[in-house]
Amino acid sequence: MPPHDPNLTEIYIAHARRKRLYGGLILAVFVALMAAGFHTADARNAGGFLAGLHRIFDFPAEIFSEALAKWRALPGRMWGALPALIETLNVAAVSIVIGGLGAMLLAVLSTPGLAPWPRLVPLFRRLMDILRALPEIVTALVLIYLLGGGPVAGMVAITLHGFGALGKLFAEVAENADLRPVEGLQSTGATWVQRIWFGVIPQVAPNWSSYALLRFEINIRASAILGFVGAGGIGYDLKTALQWGAGRYDSVVAIFALLFLTIVVVDTVSDRARNRLVRGGKLAEGRI
Amino acid sequence: MSAAAGGAAVLRAGEAALLHGFAQRKWRALAVPAVLLAYFAYIFFAFDLGAVIGHAKPSRAETLLRDVWSYKTEVTRRNRAGTLEVAIEGERNGTYPQTAPPDWVRHDGETTKIALPDGAQVTYLPGAKAELRIPGFGSVHVGMQGRRVVLQLPEGKTRPGWISASRTRVAIDRGSWRFSMTRNETRTFRYFAGWELFFFTLDSPFHGKSWTQLAALAMSDRQVVPGMSNLRAMAYDIWTNKVWHHGMVAGAMLETVLMAFLGTMGAGLIALPLAFLAARNFMQLNVLRLALRRVFDFLRGVDGLIWTVILSRAFGPGPLTGSLAILLTDTGTFGKMFSEALENIEGKQVEGVASTGANALQRARFGVIPQLAPVILSQLLYYLESNTRSATVIGAIVGGGIGLLLTQAIVTGKDWEEVTYYVILVVITVMLMDGLSGWIRRKFIKG
Repeated sequence: MPPHDPNLTEIYIAHARRKRLYGGLILAVFVALMAAGFHTADARNAGGFLAGLHRIFDFPAEIFSEALAKWRALPGRMWGALPALIETLNVAAVSIVIGGLGAMLLAVLSTPGLAPWPRLVPLFRRLMDILRALPEIVTALVLIYLLGGGPVAGMVAITLHGFGALGKLFAEVAENADLRPVEGLQSTGATWVQRIWFGVIPQVAPNWSSYALLRFEINIRASAILGFVGAGGIGYDLKTALQWGAGRYDSVVAIFALLFLTIVVVDTVSDRARNRLVRGGKLAEGRI
Repeated sequence: MSAAAGGAAVLRAGEAALLHGFAQRKWRALAVPAVLLAYFAYIFFAFDLGAVIGHAKPSRAETLLRDVWSYKTEVTRRNRAGTLEVAIEGERNGTYPQTAPPDWVRHDGETTKIALPDGAQVTYLPGAKAELRIPGFGSVHVGMQGRRVVLQLPEGKTRPGWISASRTRVAIDRGSWRFSMTRNETRTFRYFAGWELFFFTLDSPFHGKSWTQLAALAMSDRQVVPGMSNLRAMAYDIWTNKVWHHGMVAGAMLETVLMAFLGTMGAGLIALPLAFLAARNFMQLNVLRLALRRVFDFLRGVDGLIWTVILSRAFGPGPLTGSLAILLTDTGTFGKMFSEALENIEGKQVEGVASTGANALQRARFGVIPQLAPVILSQLLYYLESNTRSATVIGAIVGGGIGLLLTQAIVTGKDWEEVTYYVILVVITVMLMDGLSGWIRRKFIKG
């Protein structure tokens, strides 16, 4: 047993006190930031928080009461919005396929052990950072200006963002891949493509698929929201129905319901699939 | 002997199975690309890609790209009144004073000589006439005859592709400069590389000074603007720049970050206590636990877009609406994540704290929170960064922050240098947040 330092208790208490002080300070700064931030946001908003709080259910009540009055029309409205929903899903699906393929390539190119040109690794990393930081709405709006409104603008915007977002996650997985199979393949004279295809892909496939599924969920939401600014799909239908106002609220409710159901179904299915894919291996959830 | 034959049969069977397996894999390897190809073919027709490419406007792309890296100064004469105006990008805030035009525009009574790149020169002559000296082509005359605009080319020349002429308009496009004459106006554009008036506008005493001159001024005690130190006067002029509005843009960017911060942190604060009630090991009452789970699912399932639409009706446009939309969606996400993290904590630490006679609150504070804190912190930071991007999009819909400025600038379709400026700001901000959150995670969450 080490000799007992009589000051140990005092040192411990002082240490604990200092830690508590720092913790309290950080908390105080945090609370002050939240309060000041809330105050600023409230002041710069058109309607105040307290004034709006009791109105929060007015709009839902209005649209749902109208939809309820026309409940017979609802299934028809939902059926009518289905093509737009399929367009939104198609945008998300194409973006995940192309974005995923591009992200695979970028990930391999920016992982030191696997890259064919190790000197260019920082370049590809920077490229992914920029693609990831670029908000989809900017790409979408510029493309809408150049190509006119429609799903293509949303598709390209989400794909570009996906290159960066998925590429970073893919690269993190690839970095942890075991390099021995790659070396083994190299000793047989395998080309770079063969080394990656047979040595790396089988190792990373479960995690990559899992991230891609998570990205697909995010893409559906992004695709709906970009539709609202003119990139087609169900978001665009929602915007037109809202602009019409009272009288078309049954359409609004139908779109809300479709979007909600789609997101819940896709989330649930992909949640299950992801759990199965990475059972055993731990995956940080919700990394975007 | 029979054993050997049996062995050979097994081998053959194994070989057959192996070959069969290979064949199957080969088929599968071919099937995946085939399915993808078929899907893309379907998409090609579903999105009507042919028509999209057909309707694309390459001229818009050209103006966009030119506008991103260069600016134009317009020299405009009203043909009737004979008044002349020299303005950067044709903006009121970028108009040169009548007495001091830029040095490439020379004013001499009723004639105006405009020097252009590659030795070209445009001269506005009295009486709605103009002479253009274009090296390698000759002198072109444009003038009014009655109500018609008339083009007169040099002897023996035919009209090249870069000159267009109709009864109402003659236009000449030489890339680095352009000229046009209509019944009302004679106009010359000269393009320069860079972003005009980015730091100081024409009315600032610091406009047109070089970096070294500015540095010298900053050091000197002689006050350019009385009552203000030179450095402060410069900062003030940049901040209140009437063309670029740096102060307002910074405010908008901050507003976007604020939306993300309030939404993310607010969601975390609400979700944390609720997560305890939704975790199996803290809530024995199954009805309440499952009900809370459904609430989380609902909040998550109702997309941020829907929340934004509903909340805008109650709170009107602005940053608060945006942050509440983020808050609601993320409360669902965090509630689910935190409660799952709570179900996975180590029970022994809680038991240890309980053995000292701690009550439920103390057990949560000293037994659970220290295990949960790294998960919470890292998720909050990830979402803060990603929500900064979302806040840009939401801002475009609720009319707040940099998202609003971006949509406005893109929709007008002429100030692409401003769009570029905003995009660079957003990208830098998101990258900074990314770096900051990475630094905090490494610093506070070891391993």
